[in-house]
Amino acid sequence: MARKHVTTTVNGDEVDFLCETDQTLLSALRDELQLTGTKEGCGTGDCGACSVMLNGRLVCSCLTLAVEAEGKTVDTIEGMAHGEELHPLQRKFLEHAALQCGICTPGFLIASRALLERNPDPSEEEVRYWLAGNLCRCTGYHKIVEAVLDAAAEMRGR
Amino acid sequence: MQYEAPPTLDAATALLAGAPGTARVLAGGTDLLVQMHSDIVSPDLVVDIKNIAEMRAITLEDGRYRVGAAATGMEIMEHADFNKVWPGVVDGVRLIGSIQIRGRATMGGNLCNASPAADSVPAIIAAGAVAAIAGPNGRREVPVEEIGVGPGKTSLAKGEIVASFLFPRRAPRSGGAYLRFTPRTEMDIAVVGFGVDLTLDASGTCTAAKVALGAVAERILVVDDAAKALIGTAIDDGAIRNLEQAARAAARPIDDKRGTKEFRVEIAGVLARRATRIAAERARQG
Repeated sequence: MARKHVTTTVNGDEVDFLCETDQTLLSALRDELQLTGTKEGCGTGDCGACSVMLNGRLVCSCLTLAVEAEGKTVDTIEGMAHGEELHPLQRKFLEHAALQCGICTPGFLIASRALLERNPDPSEEEVRYWLAGNLCRCTGYHKIVEAVLDAAAEMRGR
Repeated sequence: MQYEAPPTLDAATALLAGAPGTARVLAGGTDLLVQMHSDIVSPDLVVDIKNIAEMRAITLEDGRYRVGAAATGMEIMEHADFNKVWPGVVDGVRLIGSIQIRGRATMGGNLCNASPAADSVPAIIAAGAVAAIAGPNGRREVPVEEIGVGPGKTSLAKGEIVASFLFPRRAPRSGGAYLRFTPRTEMDIAVVGFGVDLTLDASGTCTAAKVALGAVAERILVVDDAAKALIGTAIDDGAIRNLEQAARAAARPIDDKRGTKEFRVEIAGVLARRATRIAAERARQG
C-alpha cells in the first residue's frame, strides 16, 4: 500500500513526511524526521522514554500511530532548549547529575515540563507520582526528583 | 493495513461491518498498539474513532452524565463536576497506567479490551452505567456488565462500537469507590479490583447498592449477594462482615504470577470492606 502523507506541526514548525499506516509516531520522528532525541525503551508504554506532547498532552509516541499526528502539534525534546540556552529543567538535571546513561532523560524532561506547566509547585510526592510512567535504571530517581523540585523553585522565582 | 479516521459513527460502523479481514477500533491505542507490536493481532483495517465528536464529549443530559467512550482518562480526571458526582469511577480511571497512558487511554477501550483486571470497569458497572452501542443495524443500549464475556472477548457484534456510557441520575446521599490491590502503587495490573456504589436514606440506612469484582474470574463479576448484604443496613460492622463473606464467596480466581487463588479470595474481602467504607463516607458527605 502507498505510504501515507502526514502534515503536522513539530516543535512549532510545520513538517510533512511519508509513513506506513502501522508506523508509530516514535518511528516517524526518528526515522522520517531524523529527530532522534525521542528514545525507544520498551515499545509497550511502560517506560516513558518515548514521551512527547501530542496536542498538549503527554503521551507515549510508541503507542501512537504516525498517521494520528495529521493536523496536530507534536512537541519533542528537540524543542525544549532555546538555541544554546537550556530549559531550567535541563540545567537542573545537569547540576544534580540526574542522569547517567541518558536514554530515559528526554522522556523525563518532557514529562517533568508537562507537570510544571500544570503545577508549578508540586510536592515531592506529586513529582514521584507524575513521573511513575518514566523508568530510569541508573539513578534510583532521587536526583531526578531533586532536579525537578529545584527547577520548579527556580522557575517560580522568576 | 488500511487506516481510516471517519468523522461519524455511521461511517465508522459501516467501515467495520464491511471489512473483509481483521478490523480493529483504535481509541487510545494503549492496548491495540501493544498487541500489534507483539504480533497478537495484525489488523487489515484500523478505524480511529477519535475524530467522532460525540465519542469524545462529556455531557449532562437531563441530569445524567454521558461520557464518550473515546474521552481520555486525563479528560475525565480533569472534569471537576464529573469527579464530584462519580468519584468511584474516577478512582478507577486514575489507576490506569501512567500519566502518558491516561493521556490516550479511554473507558471504551478499557471496557472493550475485555481484561477482567480493567481498572475503570468495576466502578462503571457498580455505578449502574449503560453502554450505548452503535452498529450497522442501528443503536442499542445494554448494561456495561454485558459487554465483556471473557479475556479479550466482548458481546459486540461485527461492526458494533461502544459509543458512550450513560450514567444514571444521582440520588442524594450516594457514593462510590474503587480499590485494587497491586504489589506496586503505580503502573501495575490489578490482582483484585473492587467497585461499589451505594445510596443511603436520611437515617443512614442503605437503600441501594451495586458491587462489581475484578480480576477474580474470566470476566468482571456483579456480586448481587454483596449488594444485598448492605441494603437495609446502616453499613455497620455486621453488614460489612456479610459483605466480605459474599465477596469472597463470589471470587473464583486462578493462580498466576500476580497472585495465588487463596490470596485473591482473601483480598476480595479486604477490598470489599475498605472500598465500601469509603463509598459510605462519601455518601454521608454527599
